[in-house]
Amino acid sequence: MAFSIEVNGRVHRVDVDGDTPLLWVLRDVLGMTGTKFGCGMGLCGACTVHIDRVATRSCVTPIESVRKARVTTIEAIGATAAGARIQKAWLNREVVQCGYCQSGQIMSASALLASNAHPNDAEINAAMSGNICRCGTYVRIREAIKLAAQSGGPKG
Amino acid sequence: MVQDPRSSLMKATKGQSRAASGLSRRRFLQAGAAAGGGLLLGLHLPLAHDAAAAAKSDDFVPNAFIRIEADGRIVLIMPYVEMGQGTYTSIPMLIAEELEVDLQQVRLQHAPANEKHYANPLLGVQATGNSNAIRGAWQPLRQAGAVARTMLVSAAAKRWDVDPASCRAQSGEVLHAPTGRKIAYGDLAAEAARMPMPESVALKRPEDFKLIGKSARRLDAPAKVNGTAVYGIDARPTGGKVATLAQSPVFGGRVKSVDDAAAKAVNGVRQIVRLDDAVAVVADHMGAARKGLAALKIEWDDGPLANLTTEQIAGELEKATLSPGPVAQHIGDVDKAMAGANTKVEATYHVPFLAHAALEPMNCTVHVRKDSCEVWVGNQALARSQGAAAAVTGLPLDKVVVHNHVIGGGFGRRLESDGTTRAVQIAQHVDGPVKVVWTREEDIQHDMYRPYFVDRLSAGLDGNGKPVAWNHRFAGSSIIARYLPPAFKNGLDPDTTEGAIELPYAIPNFHVEYVRVEPPGIPTAFWRSVGPSHNVFVTESFVDELAAVAKQDPVAYRRSLLDRSPRAKAVLELAAERAGWGQPLPQGVGRGVALQFVFATYMTQIAEVEVAKDGALRVRRVVCAVDCGTVVNPDTVRAQIQGAIIFGITAALHGEITLKDGRVQQSNFHDYQMLRMDEAPAIEVYIIQNAEPPGGMGEAGTSAIVPAITNAIFAVTGKRLRTLPVDAAALKQAT
Repeated sequence: MAFSIEVNGRVHRVDVDGDTPLLWVLRDVLGMTGTKFGCGMGLCGACTVHIDRVATRSCVTPIESVRKARVTTIEAIGATAAGARIQKAWLNREVVQCGYCQSGQIMSASALLASNAHPNDAEINAAMSGNICRCGTYVRIREAIKLAAQSGGPKG
Repeated sequence: MVQDPRSSLMKATKGQSRAASGLSRRRFLQAGAAAGGGLLLGLHLPLAHDAAAAAKSDDFVPNAFIRIEADGRIVLIMPYVEMGQGTYTSIPMLIAEELEVDLQQVRLQHAPANEKHYANPLLGVQATGNSNAIRGAWQPLRQAGAVARTMLVSAAAKRWDVDPASCRAQSGEVLHAPTGRKIAYGDLAAEAARMPMPESVALKRPEDFKLIGKSARRLDAPAKVNGTAVYGIDARPTGGKVATLAQSPVFGGRVKSVDDAAAKAVNGVRQIVRLDDAVAVVADHMGAARKGLAALKIEWDDGPLANLTTEQIAGELEKATLSPGPVAQHIGDVDKAMAGANTKVEATYHVPFLAHAALEPMNCTVHVRKDSCEVWVGNQALARSQGAAAAVTGLPLDKVVVHNHVIGGGFGRRLESDGTTRAVQIAQHVDGPVKVVWTREEDIQHDMYRPYFVDRLSAGLDGNGKPVAWNHRFAGSSIIARYLPPAFKNGLDPDTTEGAIELPYAIPNFHVEYVRVEPPGIPTAFWRSVGPSHNVFVTESFVDELAAVAKQDPVAYRRSLLDRSPRAKAVLELAAERAGWGQPLPQGVGRGVALQFVFATYMTQIAEVEVAKDGALRVRRVVCAVDCGTVVNPDTVRAQIQGAIIFGITAALHGEITLKDGRVQQSNFHDYQMLRMDEAPAIEVYIIQNAEPPGGMGEAGTSAIVPAITNAIFAVTGKRLRTLPVDAAALKQAT
């Protein structure tokens, strides 16, 4: 079945079953491999993308449910204000190790920052605990989110 | 694709290069002209587990190269892989330091898989593991940099017709100070290749280091924050299909029958591949492959292990600790000391099977052609992948090309080539390239596991509570015996016993035996912090038990045994001070300490653990003091320790693979849980800087945290946990 989806501002037509998870459309059909596969059950967050600016696990999101919504992936998140601040803070704090989970971490953190300019520890926990980092970079992820929040201007 | 520089070195240097025998007891370096001009140095870097056997080799076989090109670029071709541990940043620092160039000038290429050229031929190991990249490269890479610098200076001095002593290297140029003349390295590289190699070079003194010891930006970070880093799972050769698979749920089982009608009817499914012990679904994309896999009806012949349980394996191991085994360490007279001891303490410990659960699931892309095979994979031991592909296809090694990729978590799992073997078996049935991606369920249920171990210990204490006798016998799998058979000697290997046979403490009578018992059919493998992942838990728990029997403070007790180990004492005292050891804590919170000397690194960790009335645990804070000798990249040391501690907490609180009916019972992150952001403690790392040779950093942090946690639980509840993971139910109401 053919579907039209808008990813990073571009409309693509893909011919897959309607229950095909968005993750595989992005990675295997469109060749956008920045979004990662980790568990296939929405348990690890590696596949996180934004659907209409909401952090969403693409591995459990059927393509037919996306409809006219705008999908944003790691490849384009740097073009948003929150995404750019998060990426910069990630580099500043030297967050990454193996890096495999970091696309998903950055997508979750960008969505958090876009909706909450100054998240506290509990809010960071709530937004980020769905993202597993096997290398254990949590301490730095927390620091980087706080740094990105500061760089967005004073708490108001 | 990386050009193999070795052939050009051999050709170009014939008759003009010579080994710099004064630089080392063993020849390790060659210099000559690079293909296309420039200076090429070849050197040998030790790889994982090859120290013992390398000493046997008289033949010089370079496995790393430094190329200074005519345009001034410096390319380092090396066999170590990046899997998050920062090697791609810290290794170039060594060369840049002595070569007097900026870190940004050094470009890094991974050596192609080539057992003959990039690993010691006696070993067949081209691998990154055992925290030995910096340890192994520390001397040879700096010496190679100094040799290259000296040859560049000689070339400039010759051109200017001046005394080389009046010239010096700085920022990628040779400078003649009296006249202010300068020549860039690129302009000198071809002439430098014709200079004689110096017999000896002086390395910089630590106080003159410009790069080493200062935090450097990770060179791999930008591509990892914008989604452009290409992992093995991201390989997309033209025309490639995607496959996923089901392997026999019972180890050693086989496919009895397959009904694939429904799977073949799935839109996008192209082919079903049936192997003896696995079935794969080949499709246009992973979504279709997974849907096809779910639609397969496979009947399995479970084979002889159909009733295997963890309890059976544990029982066998426990029995094995009752009979003597090969002696791994023997100091003094333990029997006599034990007989004369004031108090005797005994304990038995169990540690479980553990999965690696790297976040990038196992995957490998393969294109089998009639007379060649191409492999795309992220692997810690590239040449093993190449060998595996050659073995399955029957092709000669030089017909197998392996493209290595960034690794989405290694932890020992990607030292293994079973994933390549499986992918090639499938690809042999597929026309064109096929990417075989394991589901998370397959990844966890067909891992090669950290072994289960059972440890039996006894100790004798004198009238002051000091240990005068220590007896330790343990049973479990030896990874080395399978992975590197020449290193398994007289029933012993250096990995399985690390952390058990050389404690930092002064114990006059000390005896350790290891009994190798391989669990039937359960594949075992190296797992982050390897031998110490098990041994440090056992020894540091038992030392804590001795302190408790002696009614002494755990830190004071340890300190009293460290008079002959000042570096161990220093990390213990620093951690205790920074953790506020002895200061009051809230109700339900306790502190635990662990001290270790493994991977040539001294480390103390102190964990603050909160135990709720319902037994729920939270690690609130971890303080770590480390002495890893010379620190190359301090920020990477901190990052590795922070991450290793999280990895260890996951193991202590959640990690356990169990078997029932011959099947692994865990399958995904709901039942094989990882520590998450809301459970992550505050972590403080304090580094003791000195000029000792560097110790390993990738793994050390994982082992110490586990006994620090269980010792803290003892401090707050009085319950001694001798089996991992921590059983929260058993702690209920214990406070």
